[in-house]
Amino acid sequence: MLLNALHLALREIRRNLLRSLLTVLGIVIGVAAVITLVTLGNGATVMVKQQISALGSNLVVMRPGQRLGPGHDEAGAPPFRREDADAIAAEIRGIAAVAPVVSATVTLVAGAANWSSSVTGSTNAYFPAGNWRLAQGRLFSDDEEQAGKAVCIIGETVRAKLFAGEPPLGSSLRVKSFGCEVIGVLAAKGQGAMGMDQDDTVILPLVTAQRRLTNSRAVGTVMISLRDGVSAATAITDITTLMRERRKLTEAQENNFSLMDTRQIAETLSGTIGTMTTLLGAVAAVSLLVGGIGIMNIMLVSVTERTREIGIRLAIGATGREVLTQFLTEAVVLSACGGLAGMALALLACLGLAGALSMPFLFNPGINGLAFGVSAVVGVIFGYMPARRAAALDPIDALRRE
Amino acid sequence: MTAAAPLIRLSALTRVYGRGDTAVAALRGIDLSLCQGDFLAIMGASGSGKSTLMNILGCLDTPSGGEYRFGAIAVETLNQTQRALLRRHRLGFVFQGFNLLARTSAQENVELPLLYRGLPAARRREAALAALDLVGLSDRAGHTPAELSGGQQQRVAIARAIVTDPAVLLADEPTGNLDTARSHAIMDLLTRLNRERGLTVIMVTHEEDMAAYAGRTLHLRDGLIDRDSGRDNARPLLTETAPCC
Repeated sequence: MLLNALHLALREIRRNLLRSLLTVLGIVIGVAAVITLVTLGNGATVMVKQQISALGSNLVVMRPGQRLGPGHDEAGAPPFRREDADAIAAEIRGIAAVAPVVSATVTLVAGAANWSSSVTGSTNAYFPAGNWRLAQGRLFSDDEEQAGKAVCIIGETVRAKLFAGEPPLGSSLRVKSFGCEVIGVLAAKGQGAMGMDQDDTVILPLVTAQRRLTNSRAVGTVMISLRDGVSAATAITDITTLMRERRKLTEAQENNFSLMDTRQIAETLSGTIGTMTTLLGAVAAVSLLVGGIGIMNIMLVSVTERTREIGIRLAIGATGREVLTQFLTEAVVLSACGGLAGMALALLACLGLAGALSMPFLFNPGINGLAFGVSAVVGVIFGYMPARRAAALDPIDALRRE
Repeated sequence: MTAAAPLIRLSALTRVYGRGDTAVAALRGIDLSLCQGDFLAIMGASGSGKSTLMNILGCLDTPSGGEYRFGAIAVETLNQTQRALLRRHRLGFVFQGFNLLARTSAQENVELPLLYRGLPAARRREAALAALDLVGLSDRAGHTPAELSGGQQQRVAIARAIVTDPAVLLADEPTGNLDTARSHAIMDLLTRLNRERGLTVIMVTHEEDMAAYAGRTLHLRDGLIDRDSGRDNARPLLTETAPCC
């Protein structure tokens, strides 16, 4: 009997192909939207984790102010000095490199070309701490670092934008208002967390940047790279103690600086993305519901339109239950087909979008199964009412209806 | 089933629509016995109760009072599903408006009752083609109702009614939408099915010359039997051995 009902349902759907397609469009879009959003969200989470671990797996970043993220009060907190970085390097065990960092976004000019980029002032310790390698040229010499000479090391993007086709080493690059000599080019790293281009960067010696760009002895952040096997938690505790001493904080005062290791950053970010994904998925799920209402609407119209047919079937000897099964099957087959089409559409959309956003594509069987299951359930729920109305028809009345 | 037992027996059958002051009695006490192989025509003015009687005989409606025995079955005690099953297994319907499924081939229309009997596709097809052959439409099996004339559509409807080999064929004004020539052709077909297959036929009509095909004519007036011609002994039935009632 179920096979019969399935046969009848498919025949009816084929007979009204265009209407059936329009009916399930809501379900198709709903399922596709849920799957696409969740799949892309998962891809983004994975990508962020990968990029942060590419930063250096054992990296601790120290910033002024209490916490990272929105609303952190950097304003009241005193900045760091280069001596803070030296003290950490000297006094804390298990440290591989400590790099004091100042940064600014400025305009670069080389020849006739100009380009706006992020300029960082730091020491040679910045390169191991940030997992950077040189593609060509050399690092800063001690003399250049101490005297604040006008030399710079550029990222791959800056090289491509300003020195396309020319050897960059030895060329002059104007950074804001002063010219400096390019002594090295960094190997490309690609897109970073939050989609920034990590290679769009210029590194100056710290003293040069402080004198010529920020005009202050302050250090914005301190990057601390730990040796392999050193616990970030222990290091953070030690550094906190040291920094509280150096900043002369009494026991009653809270830290006016914050330390975060990359794993923590990764977790915070992927947590945020996860929340966003859930939220967007929930919004998309509403469209599934709307799709279900579309199915109910069309099935009700269909029952009214086919009243006479139902009368004939009942007169011929169909039981109310069989009529109910027929219409319910039709609704479920419709919505399940919609679910399958939605899954196919989502697959295409995910492949396309993951490619366009250069994100990893991860097929998620869970969300596919869930979305398909929900679409079938939507068919049962929203198909039941029209089907019951059909089954409850009086054959005499139904036959009399034109 | 012995020939001596009536196939259908109605006693003091009533049907009242509505309740209280607005109640209308469509049937006010019908007593009727039919044997297997009978050909009954029910006549009467509109409002005489002939459609109501037909619907009750066809198990589409339930009586308000009295008894309806179909063989050994007390039809008035059956629920909706049981009546549907009785229709499925023992009754066939032919309507004035043909009532074929649109955009569905003649063969598929004829197969419809067999679908509800759960027959496999091959046997459905075989039986449907045999029934279409019987009504002379074996060459029109693939045509949809829109591609058939009124007379042909009614033949398809008759094929659909007899494909399950029912005990009783109920025809509600089967010639009402047809011209005279086609009407007679349909009546010839019904007569042939009645004589050759012993099919019991109950037909509602308001045309005297169509009723003349029947072996017995019932005139209704105001919900009661006004006149009953009784069995026409001039037309003995092939299957009959002795009169049952």
